[in-house]
Amino acid sequence: VAFAAAGLPGRPAWATPEETEKRIAEFTGGKTPETGRLTLTAPEIAENGNTVPISIEVESAMEGDDVVEQVMILAEGNPNPDVAIFNFSEASGIAAATTRMRLARTQNVIAVAKMKDGSTFIDKKEVKVTIGGCGG
Amino acid sequence: GRWSQAAAQQALTEDTLLDFQAHGNVTLVHLTDIHAQLRPVYFREPSENIGVGAVAGLPPHVTGADFLKLYDIAPGSPHSYALTSEDFSALARTYGRMGGLDRIATIVKRIRAERGDNMLLLDGGDTWQGSYTALKTNGQDMVEAMNALAPDAMTGHWEFTYGAERVTEIIESLPFPFLGGNIYDAEWNEPAFEAYKMFERGGVNIAVLGQAFPYTPIANPRWMFPNWSFGIREEDIAANVAAARAAGADLVVLLSHNGFDVDRALASRVSGIDIILTGHTHDALPEPVKVGSTLLIASGSHGKFVTRLDLDVRDGALKGFRHRLIPVFSDVISADAEMDALVTRLRAPFEDELKRELATTETLLYRRGNFNGTFDDLICQALIDVREADIALSPGFRWGTSVLPGETITVEDLHNACAMTYPAAYRSTMSGETIHAILEDVADNLFNTDPYYQQGGDMVRVGGMAYTIDPGATMGNRITDMTLVKTGEAIEPGRDYIVAGWASVNEATEGPPIWQVVEDYLARNPVVRLEENRLVTLKS
Amino acid sequence: MATPKPRVKLPKTASAGEIITIKTLISHQMESGQRKDKNGDPIPRQIINKFSCEFNGKPVFSCDIDPAISANPYFEFSAKVAESGTFKFSWVDDDGSVYEHEAGIEVK
Ligand SMILES: [Mn+2]
Ligand SMILES: [Mn+2]
Repeated sequence: VAFAAAGLPGRPAWATPEETEKRIAEFTGGKTPETGRLTLTAPEIAENGNTVPISIEVESAMEGDDVVEQVMILAEGNPNPDVAIFNFSEASGIAAATTRMRLARTQNVIAVAKMKDGSTFIDKKEVKVTIGGCGG
Repeated sequence: GRWSQAAAQQALTEDTLLDFQAHGNVTLVHLTDIHAQLRPVYFREPSENIGVGAVAGLPPHVTGADFLKLYDIAPGSPHSYALTSEDFSALARTYGRMGGLDRIATIVKRIRAERGDNMLLLDGGDTWQGSYTALKTNGQDMVEAMNALAPDAMTGHWEFTYGAERVTEIIESLPFPFLGGNIYDAEWNEPAFEAYKMFERGGVNIAVLGQAFPYTPIANPRWMFPNWSFGIREEDIAANVAAARAAGADLVVLLSHNGFDVDRALASRVSGIDIILTGHTHDALPEPVKVGSTLLIASGSHGKFVTRLDLDVRDGALKGFRHRLIPVFSDVISADAEMDALVTRLRAPFEDELKRELATTETLLYRRGNFNGTFDDLICQALIDVREADIALSPGFRWGTSVLPGETITVEDLHNACAMTYPAAYRSTMSGETIHAILEDVADNLFNTDPYYQQGGDMVRVGGMAYTIDPGATMGNRITDMTLVKTGEAIEPGRDYIVAGWASVNEATEGPPIWQVVEDYLARNPVVRLEENRLVTLKS
Repeated sequence: MATPKPRVKLPKTASAGEIITIKTLISHQMESGQRKDKNGDPIPRQIINKFSCEFNGKPVFSCDIDPAISANPYFEFSAKVAESGTFKFSWVDDDGSVYEHEAGIEVK
């Protein structure tokens, strides 16, 4: 079997769903974010849990009142849910960004966007971190 | 209907197999997953192929007698032999070996002669790996043979296991494009391969998009091509389809190594693809599967089949088609003299070693099946015996040819089951918990109800232990009742066991090559006689 | 650790008002603070905790970074350029070091 035994995670204390919820509430000021407008793109299965590409894009004119101010990235199954906060400006032109992150195990990656007008959006995607794999 | 009539009512002749009433203005010829088989082979199709979730019971998850019934094929007929595992050993003696690039060349040349330039020959990948000669020549034998066949494009998977440098060297030498829109430079996040190519054939603008195996860096050693990142990248496929249409494509073809269920899901989610030529999961389907307006074509593996798909494309749209999955019966279809000579030349330096006899088998040796195959039973026995292990693990590869009962096992046969660039037979200590985690992980890669999380392949084969599997359960809950065969006791999570296996994706894995382990075992056990494998209990 | 080396990819020219893509990489091991050394002692955290990009002195994009960002942090984002000028990129290390890089663009 083509497994990578070293990929078997140890057992550090994981973040809890409550912690993730708390981060989202702090970020949105207690509002429940809506779905739509924000798209999180990530691979279905991580090629390497140490470097998982993730991208976000928010539909926005990025001028006037229609400006994305921040997008927060969380990983609900890492030892700590925080990953990054992207800060955009009108000079960004488009509210889109890509980075690479660590995933300790299979889990949801969550993105939350905060707009200038106070509205908030959420998207999530499950990324599988696998130790096995065989081939056809 | 058409399929069984051709088979059952007429004698099997080259003309019966190849006569084809041309249709429309362009022909696609599809070959995939040849796994470096230059000469005709025996290859037993799977007796089980479980589909989960929405695709349970749908082709290609239909095998044996159910398959014969579904496609109205007479038991015992040539097509029953070609397409199922039913009565395989007996029918193999009747109908002989299948495939061979020399026979395939006869078919391709005949279609070319008939259709002139109105034809595209497309290779779905897993072409360069799977034989002794391919391994010894770093894929060069297949490159030369395929160049002689002159495909118009290819994509890949096992190709990458020759390492980035060799793959790049070969691709630069190819007289046709190697397409892979889902392969990115891992450092700067930029496309690393050509995504699609436009062809004009019969007045039709055809866009061929290439999709390499999305999980190549997971199923195979990532360290061999560290700068390439793969993935399904559905949004890229959609963007490339749109770009091809905008550039004037009348017909959009996805030359895919995604695996059948991934492609079926993709067809339902990305519009604008006329044809998906599927690969990787080695399915041979006598009829296309239609998803919306997309046709999915499955052309089998190991050179056993060639698909001819005639298309009527008018006013920028596909109006109709005529399809045949041509079974390459090597005793019926004549060898093309030029290709035969080339293959003979390519194999000549290795002929003596290829023919060297290692043992005789009284049991049919085959690989395909979701949970075990006799060739892997033999490999697991060898691992336990030679590497003095409690438990053996053998990957659920779908490539590898069959050896009939009563025949000798040659070096060539053995390598057809294990020729690869990371063959080390490791021996390590694993806890019961780790072994359970591995089985669960592999099971989820096979039986996840979302096809996008499936990697193709089959369940890791085990020796020395038994277990129960419930494919329909969720991750972490599929594998139960793990038992160590030699003691009959339950495998304990906290206890350590000696595990031998091969084909680890980890760099610097130590151990003799797997073929050496099996050869050593066969030297002491010159007659192979395998009992029915009862190690895996299926719960549903 | 070797001095972190920033690398940036962006076009040399653009038309006025064009939205360009900028890609940045910096070599840095991003020690998470979660790992232990051979003796079982925790290895102290040392990461790049802030990345920012400004154009002609005005903010374009920035990122507040936690240890879950991979080694050799990569950021790809966009910028709308109205006039010729200079992009200034900076990465702030936990130890207080600031690594900087500049790249000009000509608007035609
Ligand atoms: Mn294959
Ligand atoms: Mn494959």
